Amino acid sequence: MKDFHEKKYGMVIDLDKCTGCGSCMVACMSENNVPFKEDETKKRLSITWMKVYKFTNGKSFPETEVCYLPRPCMHCEGHGGHSPCVSVCPATATDYSTETGIVSQIYTRCFGCRYCMGACPYHARYFNWWDPVWPKGMEKQLSPNVSPRMRGIVEKCSFCYHRLQLAKEKAYSEGRREVRENEYQTSCTQGCPAGAITFGDLINPKHEVYKLKKDQNAFRLLERLGTNPKVYYISSREWVRRAGDNYLAHEKTGKKQNH
Amino acid sequence: MKIDRRSFLAFGVGGAVGTAITPLPWKLMDDSSIWSQNWPWTPVPLDGAINYQPSVCTLCKGGCGINVRKIDDRPVKIEGLKANPINKGGICLLGLSGLQLLYGEDNRVKSPLKRVGKRGSGKFKKISWQQAITEMVEKLGAIRLKAQSHTLACISETELGTTASLIGRFMTAFGSKNYIRTPSFLDSLEAAILKTTGTSAAQVAFDFENSDYILSFGSGLLEGWGSPVRMFMANSALEDKKGTLAQAEPRLSNTAAKADKWLPVNPGTEADLAFSMCAVIIQKALYNTNFTAAATGLEGFKSFVTANYAPEKIAKSTGIKAEVITRIATSFAKAKNPVAVCGKGSGDTPGSLKESLAIVCLNALVGNINKKGGLWLTSEPDYIKWPEFINDDASTAGLQKNRIDSAQSGKYKDTRFLLNNFADAVLDDYEYPVNALMVYRANPMYTMPDSEKVKKAFEKIPFVMSFSSYMDETALYSDLILPDHVFLERYEDIPFASGYTKPYIGLARPVVDPLFDTMNTGDVIIQIAKRISNSIAGAFPWKDYETCLKETLGSMWAQLESQGFMTDQSYTPPSTVNFTFPDKIADAPAIEGDRGKYLLTLVPVDSIRINCGYIANPPFATKTVDDTVLFENDILVEINPATAKSLGLRDRKKAVLETPKGKASVRVFITDGIMPGVVGMPKGLGHFGYDSYIADKGVNVNALIGSLEDPETGLDAAWGIRAKLSPA
Repeated sequence: MKDFHEKKYGMVIDLDKCTGCGSCMVACMSENNVPFKEDETKKRLSITWMKVYKFTNGKSFPETEVCYLPRPCMHCEGHGGHSPCVSVCPATATDYSTETGIVSQIYTRCFGCRYCMGACPYHARYFNWWDPVWPKGMEKQLSPNVSPRMRGIVEKCSFCYHRLQLAKEKAYSEGRREVRENEYQTSCTQGCPAGAITFGDLINPKHEVYKLKKDQNAFRLLERLGTNPKVYYISSREWVRRAGDNYLAHEKTGKKQNH
Repeated sequence: MKIDRRSFLAFGVGGAVGTAITPLPWKLMDDSSIWSQNWPWTPVPLDGAINYQPSVCTLCKGGCGINVRKIDDRPVKIEGLKANPINKGGICLLGLSGLQLLYGEDNRVKSPLKRVGKRGSGKFKKISWQQAITEMVEKLGAIRLKAQSHTLACISETELGTTASLIGRFMTAFGSKNYIRTPSFLDSLEAAILKTTGTSAAQVAFDFENSDYILSFGSGLLEGWGSPVRMFMANSALEDKKGTLAQAEPRLSNTAAKADKWLPVNPGTEADLAFSMCAVIIQKALYNTNFTAAATGLEGFKSFVTANYAPEKIAKSTGIKAEVITRIATSFAKAKNPVAVCGKGSGDTPGSLKESLAIVCLNALVGNINKKGGLWLTSEPDYIKWPEFINDDASTAGLQKNRIDSAQSGKYKDTRFLLNNFADAVLDDYEYPVNALMVYRANPMYTMPDSEKVKKAFEKIPFVMSFSSYMDETALYSDLILPDHVFLERYEDIPFASGYTKPYIGLARPVVDPLFDTMNTGDVIIQIAKRISNSIAGAFPWKDYETCLKETLGSMWAQLESQGFMTDQSYTPPSTVNFTFPDKIADAPAIEGDRGKYLLTLVPVDSIRINCGYIANPPFATKTVDDTVLFENDILVEINPATAKSLGLRDRKKAVLETPKGKASVRVFITDGIMPGVVGMPKGLGHFGYDSYIADKGVNVNALIGSLEDPETGLDAAWGIRAKLSPA
């Protein structure tokens, strides 16, 4: 069946390479004008579009193993663009783009009902309980490419959509209609020192992600919910794939060949 | 009108219906939400042309290339520079947070400051640069007049590069040998290399990129060790080629978590484990005969390690089973390009000579010294060639005195710097008092172990001055602060990337005009030098720092200016090494503290997410720190469930941590990622300088640990301390 997207941007994250360093989190914060408070230790109130989770195999010392898992917005496709958050948004503040596969978030439309947060199974959405306050002098760091958010609205990872806009502008100005693979990369992809994140068009056979998503050890989080996420993970470790929560106890992990 | 019951009700109902139908309340609600979302203090960032400017990051010793994105003249983001050979476009979270260290006004020292309140009270008055330099000239001039030149000391993070060399030259011209560099694991390796090869001041590097088996003894290879971004990339490359990483460490650090084999070794026994592996390699005759044939002393080394470090003998003390030791040693020796590495945590503690010798010997046995994928001996860059100068009588007299830290003479004649002796030297007046201290790019009040003692030492020094750009702990305790530009505001040559194999010089460039009334420390030094005495002025023929830098870099300047770095990627070290195996090794000092009173061992936990060096962790980086490390303002220490059970401690609950050096209130985090009997305490928290986004978060581990003198090198051999933990 032909995909209904023009482009379908997505990510493949190699958990074997991810070291949990947190660069992706800061790459995201510094790119997207994400605010910060004096106390960011209450993690449910801490706005992190990209968040690195740490989980273990649950075994006791010294058999313990740790895995880090970076979690951006999954930009769920659901079935035909019915991602969980888009389906519940009464303000059309979040929408699904069939041009790019990106789930948008339009801050000025959002009135803060937070239905989307309840609907998102990945905790990828964050609510601004307060107006952001930058310590003296620090608002100079703000980038004009992303609007700072205000109190009372929900925000989340945009796959650095502004970077696509800039890349498109550049391509158009050079008389091209196509944005090259390396011209549009998210900030976290670019920042990852381990090269664990790959970003591109999932339906373009020339793009790296197209090949990587077919890896034997690729999986998506909570796939069976039908969210149809665009972020794939690769792990050579069985227990990590199992932690993606897609398998019953008796089932084998890994990619089904006919998928 | 008569108001009866009927009309009253009609009016009420009518009113209610009317109110419901009118759009007024809904309109008001809508308006107020729109209005309140448009409060003018939600900033609207100024637009402009996007442009990029390459430079080099100096926030750690990694030497990474950065590309600063600007909107017109305003930097808005720091990214990795693709062309740079060290980080190839990658960047760590500290570098990414770098703009917060530029813009955070409340942390910056915005002009020269003179202390007016008590030391540490934070009461300063603003003075002009003219005044500040006069103040320095008068203070230092008075010391020289009293023939006490040698009582000036300087603590700095580096001795390399033009600015540091200017300070070094100033110290010499002034008449003091007391330029003290902060320690690193390379100091101890340097001593081990001197002992085994006779090469002095060798820079030890590791060719991880070409290695297929990395055996690490507690090195936080993914925790900020060496050049961090390079290490992340090397780890991914190792992953790609299906190489092996084995990590010996009591805690499941990120490095251990990524390792193919985690060896939870008892703290303090890492060197024994390494020698035991040497014993296995020798016993099984797996060593590289080409190398050992050219080396001397193998027989003596053989009998020494086989007699003392047979795996069966070592298994109990290290906690690693004999068969595991044998297996790892065997696979290490059989790998094509194995490399063993030391330097615990992020590598800012030298560690014992025993440990460094052990890994140097392991590398020698497999014959990888100066070979592809192995341990390389490189030399310090030598482009700084300034004319000789003549010392006057005052400085000649001063230079005849021994160093205050006991380095470079007597017992420790081969050790260059011994900062760990500094506090004792000041407090006990070793040979002479310290009358003045300059601190450049260092924060000893925070980073040195045994904070209480360091504080006392600082209190005893009559004049402390700091070049810090930030209101850090040392700046707070200074009498005078002459703030340097921050790394994005100045030119600076960076001739070195920690642990990197190829010759490399980076040039940091001003990507933004100085935001505040700060001055390049190089300029400050030149100005002071010109005014103290004619003889000192004679050593500084340059008009200003930039002239000096350009002259020093000479023909390299053009390329550095255009490209941001210079490197020789084809460099290989000399293939022949005159290696002598040691036949006896002095024991490292035992972990401090009474084992009967203190049942646990406290080890510092380095993390890439918390910078523990002289620069404090910026807010973005701290935001990434897990709530199992920092919760509200409480630090969490890691313990094993078995430890928790035996002490009656509960997860996330408060406890009191006590060591021979001090006491602290903490919370505990119970995890299987640490061995029983060990307490892991995050490093890099507990600042009391800086603003409220940085200060007062957790406890500084340096306040609870001390330093231990290595018997041969005098370097700080401590890693952790004995401790006890009890419910609060």
